[in-house]
Amino acid sequence: MKFVHDVKADLTADIVYMMCPMHLLKLDEMIKRLEKGQVLEILTDYDGALEDIPQWCEKTGNEFIGMDEDEDYYKFYVRKTVQ
Amino acid sequence: MRKCYFDHVATNPLHPEVLNAMMPYFNEDFGNPLSVYDLGMRARDAIEKARTEVASLINAKPSTIVFTASGAEANNFALRGIAIAKQSQGKHVIVSKVEHHSILNSARFLEKSGFTVTYLPVDKHGIVDPDVIKNSITKETILISVAHASSEIGSIEPIKEIAVIAKERNIIFHTDAVATTGNIPVDVKELGVDLLSMAAHQFYGPKGAGALYVREGLRIVPLIYGGIQEGGRRAGTENVPAIVGMGKAAELAKNEMGDRMQHCRKLRDRIVESVLKIPNVYLTGHPANNLNKRLPHHASFVVEFIEGEAMLLMLAMKGIYAASGSACSSRALKSSPVLLSLGIPSALAQGSIVFSLGMDNTEEDVDYFINEFPQIINRLREMSPFAKGWGEAGEGEKCYTG
Repeated sequence: MKFVHDVKADLTADIVYMMCPMHLLKLDEMIKRLEKGQVLEILTDYDGALEDIPQWCEKTGNEFIGMDEDEDYYKFYVRKTVQ
Repeated sequence: MRKCYFDHVATNPLHPEVLNAMMPYFNEDFGNPLSVYDLGMRARDAIEKARTEVASLINAKPSTIVFTASGAEANNFALRGIAIAKQSQGKHVIVSKVEHHSILNSARFLEKSGFTVTYLPVDKHGIVDPDVIKNSITKETILISVAHASSEIGSIEPIKEIAVIAKERNIIFHTDAVATTGNIPVDVKELGVDLLSMAAHQFYGPKGAGALYVREGLRIVPLIYGGIQEGGRRAGTENVPAIVGMGKAAELAKNEMGDRMQHCRKLRDRIVESVLKIPNVYLTGHPANNLNKRLPHHASFVVEFIEGEAMLLMLAMKGIYAASGSACSSRALKSSPVLLSLGIPSALAQGSIVFSLGMDNTEEDVDYFINEFPQIINRLREMSPFAKGWGEAGEGEKCYTG
């Protein structure tokens, strides 16, 4: 897993405490709102996201920038690279 | 015999238009809202329409409404969900002493789970003093919950003032608005609350449908885990007909609220005026005939020397349906903790009786009631040893001065 700090995001999806698989549904929904090259930040406490989000990026061809940790949740960063 | 249903805080009859709106979702449109085909899509659209209508009733965005199965579930969800989400910042919660059992028992659960809870005292009208809240707040306080109005005594709490205090200190503020939503204007922006509970059957919607308003951007831990219904916040296949009914009831309540309030208030005022003419009967809750202080459809009293349940039974024999306080205390024959917290002596609190009006009540209902109720009190007092001076106070002598 690639750890990153102070990534500037263009849009944040706060889905902390929301149930699985909201993280994947939100990814699909929110990425549509971004322009190519912009960065989406996903805040979640769901451990499964550690695998799911990089896999989703691989599958869709978007760039997985990396992750960061806050006190009780994870922050994932995805750059939109496919229109 | 005439039937006078004066127990609208217990529940309301279903509005005929609400039932009509619900019927297709019991029959042809039975689909699961998560299914991808057209049946599912129709159910999903119906839920989203209901969400918009409920949101509009309280001046909120549709995305802030989470449907639940009851007002009690909404209250449990709010208290537990916020306490657990915020516990790293502190473990102190404040609630008032005149809350519904779904708040008080949730608070007790939190106490057992390692939280500290302060139970706020109220004045003789059941109103929480915002200054007392200020003094109860500690560095550990994460959540305050005070009901918008008590269905037992009808008093309306100073929610706006409490919201300002909470906001200044970065504390989450929840209000249980089950007794008010759909009955008097409720505007989450004006009130300034973070969370607000409501129940459909309190405004002519079906039982089994409630909702929690969760302010945008606020994190809350789910109460029920499972699928991704309600945006991943409340699992379980949606009760589509009930949710549709709640939406329709919200739409009707919004359109008809002014007329309903005026109608109920007129009848209520007649009841209060006539009942207070009976000796040794006292109004409970706020005495002001004012929308900021008391629910317009609510009249509650304590009747000296006799017992609430006896009055209820004799009233029911005459076709008049009322309540003796909260349903829970009434069934347990326990003095209402709400009445005791107003400083009403325990013996007098036994004589509690609550009348709550609705749009189905008429002037003739009230005429009939005004004729019957004093006779019932007289008959019961004739049987009561306390009325003959065996109790704390003799006949005609006041043991409570309200």
